[in-house]
Amino acid sequence: MPILRLGDVLVTGLLDELDDRSAMAFVDELTERITREAATGVLIDISRLEIIDSFVARTLSELTTTARLLGARVIVAGMRPPVAITLVELGLKLHGVETALNAEAGMAALGWYRTRSSREGSRGDDAS
Amino acid sequence: MVTTPRETPAGRGWGGAAAAEHRTEYPVRTEEDLLEARHAVRAATLETGFGLVDQTRVVTAASELVRNAYIHGGGGTLVIERLRRPGGRGVRLTVSDAGPGIANVDAALADGFSTGSGLGHGLGGARRLMHEFRIDCPPGGGTIVCVTRWTSG
Amino acid sequence: MRPDAPTARGFVVSAIESAVRDRLIHALRDHTTEIADNWVRLQIDQEVMVSGIGEEELRGEAGQLLSALLGGLESAMPVGRLVTEHTELRETVTELSLRRARAGATPTATSLAVLSLKEVMLEIIQRSTQNARELFESAVVINRLLDAAGVLSFDTYVASREEIISRQSRQLMELSTPVVRLWRHVLAVPLIGTLDTDRTQVVMESLLQAIQADEAQVAIIDITGVAAVDTSVAQHLMQTVAAVRLMGADCVISGIRPPIAQTIAQLGLDLSAIVTKATLADALAEAVKITGQSGVPLGETAGR
Repeated sequence: MPILRLGDVLVTGLLDELDDRSAMAFVDELTERITREAATGVLIDISRLEIIDSFVARTLSELTTTARLLGARVIVAGMRPPVAITLVELGLKLHGVETALNAEAGMAALGWYRTRSSREGSRGDDAS
Repeated sequence: MVTTPRETPAGRGWGGAAAAEHRTEYPVRTEEDLLEARHAVRAATLETGFGLVDQTRVVTAASELVRNAYIHGGGGTLVIERLRRPGGRGVRLTVSDAGPGIANVDAALADGFSTGSGLGHGLGGARRLMHEFRIDCPPGGGTIVCVTRWTSG
Repeated sequence: MRPDAPTARGFVVSAIESAVRDRLIHALRDHTTEIADNWVRLQIDQEVMVSGIGEEELRGEAGQLLSALLGGLESAMPVGRLVTEHTELRETVTELSLRRARAGATPTATSLAVLSLKEVMLEIIQRSTQNARELFESAVVINRLLDAAGVLSFDTYVASREEIISRQSRQLMELSTPVVRLWRHVLAVPLIGTLDTDRTQVVMESLLQAIQADEAQVAIIDITGVAAVDTSVAQHLMQTVAAVRLMGADCVISGIRPPIAQTIAQLGLDLSAIVTKATLADALAEAVKITGQSGVPLGETAGR
C-alpha cells in the first residue's frame, strides 16, 4: 500500500490481504516516513478491510501509540459496519485510536477541508 | 467444557441432530495458508446463506483460531463443515494443531491472557463470536478448537 | 427380522435383504411408468394436494423419486440408512417436501404423499410373486424404506417452515426499529419495548448502515419507550455506542426515565463515558452542537 503525502499529513490504507509480515513492514515504513517527513497527521483508510482480528487491531493500536510519540495524530477512517460490530463483540477496544466515518471526514479532522462545498453540511464546518 | 473431538465423521460428532452437508480440510502451515483459510471460510459462510455481519463474525473467529494454531501450535489443520439442522443452517470450524497445548484453558479464555503475540483475545473473542465453542487439549499435546455458528432462528 | 446391523464403516447387507432388493429393483425397472402413474393417481384421489402443484409436476416428481429409489437400492448401502445417507435419494425427498411446504400443503399431506407410494409398490410386488414369505420380506423392506422417507419429508417440512418463521420475525424486528434522519448528519433510533440480544443486533446493524449511508456524525438512541433496563440491556447499549464510535461517529442516549436512571445507579453501571440527555430534544440540540452546525434551526425547540 503506497503512503502519500499531503502537506503535513500522510495518507495510506490497509488492504484485506494483509499478512503478518507485510503488516510489520508497513508499520516500519510508516514510522520511518513520519520521522523523515515530520508529519503531524496520519490518515489510514480501512474501508477495504473485510475483517479486523486481534492481530490487525493490535497493529493499529501500536501504530497509533508510536505515531503519537513521534508527534503525529493518527485517524483510522472508513471502518465497515460489520467490522465495527464484530470488533465490539470480540471485546476489542482499539485503545487510543481515533476514528472517522470516511477518508474525507478523517482529513477534515486533521485540518484538511474541501475547498468547494458541493454538498450539504460542509457549510456547517467551523472553517467556512 | 472439555470433550474429545477425535473422531468427527461428518455430522456424527458434536452436533447432535445436525447433518454435515459438506466438509473440506485446509492446512495451516504458512502465512499464505492463513489467508487461504479465511477465503475458504468466507466462501462457506456465503454458501450457507449468512448475512454480511454473520459472515464477518465467522471469518474473524476463523482468523483468530488459525493464527493461534500457526503461531502457538506450530501449524495444524482447519476443517470447515457446512451443517443443516431443523430450523437453520450452520458452519462449523475445527482447528487442530500439534503444539504444546494450553496448560490453563480457563485463563486462555479470559481476556488479556496471551502466551505469545496478540492481545489475548484470540480464544475468548472467537468464543464470543460463535454460538458453540469447545476446546480440547489431550494429554499427549496439541489443541483442538471446534466452533459453530448457526443462521438466525 | 432386521438384516444384519451395519458395522461401523463397511456395509453388510444380508442375503435376504439383497434378494428383496433385487426384486424391488426389477419391479422398479420393469414397471416405472405404471408405478409413477398409479402413484400420481393415488395422490390426486386422496386429494392430498391443496393447490399449486399440478398433475404434470406430480409426474415429474414421481419420475425423479423412482429413479432415486432405484439408484439407492442398487448402491451398497443398507436399507436402514438409504434415505438419510444416499445423496440423490435424500435430496429428492427433501426437494419434494420443500416444494410442497412452499405450495402450502399441510405436513401430514406431505408425508402421506410419500407414504402412499408404499401402497403402489406393494401392489406391483404382489403381482410378481405368490410366495407369502417373499411377499412379507418385500413388504418389510418397502415399509422401512418409505417410512424413513416419510419421516425425512416431515422433518424437512417443519424445518422449512421454521426458516420462514425466523425470517419473518427478523423482518418484523427490522420494521420495529426504524432509523430516522433527524437533522443534517444526525440520525435517531427510538427504541420501544424490550431490548434483547437479537434486537440489539438488529438495531446496531441498521444504525451503523444508516450512519455509513448518510455520513452521519451523531447517532441518538432514544430509550423513552424501553420498558426496563437491566445489566444485559445496558451492556447492549454500551456495545452499540462503542460500535458507533468505531465507525467514526458520536452517540447520544436520550430518554432515560427516572426509574431507569435509578436502576442503572443501583446496578452500579458506569455510563459516564456515554453522553446522556433527558429528552430527545435535548439530545438533538447536543447533536447539532457536536456537528458544528450553528444557530437554532427553523425555529425548532432544538436549541433550548
